[in-house]
Amino acid sequence: MIAMEDAGFVIGSYVITFAVVGALAWRIVRRGRELAPRVDDADKYWT
Amino acid sequence: MTASLAPESTASRSAGTATHATRLIGIATIVMMAWTAAFGLLFSPADRDQEDAVRIMYVHVPTVWVAYLAFVVTALCSAFYLFRKKHGLGFDRVAGASAEVGVVFMALTLITGMMWGRLTWGVYWQWDARLTTTALLFVSYIGYLAVRGLGGTHHQRAKRSAIVGLLIVIEIPLVHWSVKLWRTLHQEASVMNPNGDVKIDGLMLFSLFIGVIAFTLLYLWLVMHRSRSMAMEDLLEDEGLDEALAARRAEAVAS
Repeated sequence: MIAMEDAGFVIGSYVITFAVVGALAWRIVRRGRELAPRVDDADKYWT
Repeated sequence: MTASLAPESTASRSAGTATHATRLIGIATIVMMAWTAAFGLLFSPADRDQEDAVRIMYVHVPTVWVAYLAFVVTALCSAFYLFRKKHGLGFDRVAGASAEVGVVFMALTLITGMMWGRLTWGVYWQWDARLTTTALLFVSYIGYLAVRGLGGTHHQRAKRSAIVGLLIVIEIPLVHWSVKLWRTLHQEASVMNPNGDVKIDGLMLFSLFIGVIAFTLLYLWLVMHRSRSMAMEDLLEDEGLDEALAARRAEAVAS
């Protein structure tokens, strides 16, 4: 078990990291989904 | 460049920027992230000196690794854009996407580093060489993103941001070796140090390795999606410009 005096900082660093990368991933995927219906597949090099 | 964007177009339009490859990378990332949390918080042992504070290392080191990687990729793509005969905008988009992701990871490095510093040094921040150069690197790449946001054509954007990208990447060796060049509070690298010796072993090293793999996969996934969004943004911007020019010409003919 993590010592109680360290737990807030240790767990907090993981929570902040995962929350921020999760928010970034969500924002990037949402942006792609907003734009994709306005562009034909022929113009998307990845399709 | 003219995209097929007419609302009445019947061409197929997929829902987003995902492909089979990004889905596979995404699933692998989630699994590896779960392992990072499990090994970092539960399975790895506490350090003899730092005790449980060392667990922050398993997110702090991978975030700075990804930030360095992202900025080096930005510089390489900038060089490819500038020095190849065919100035492909694809390189510029990957450079921009990589810098965006790198800035977020650099911010996470600073935040997790401050939390680790609070536990080990008793303060969140010290104007120590490593922390100061890292903050400078972070601000430099915010500047790079600001330069990308200036007006002009796509190639003007690509050219000026590529020059900036190549200039500021030289800060990375300064940040990495700052602990050697100056007397600092920050410890020397435990793995990627100039002597090449690894100062941690066993389960701690394995946990760190899992974290680095997880965050590298995440970086790859984020850059693939973001660069595809950027390609669509450029297409739509071109189309908007074409429409505005056509409307202006029609106005001129009518008057």
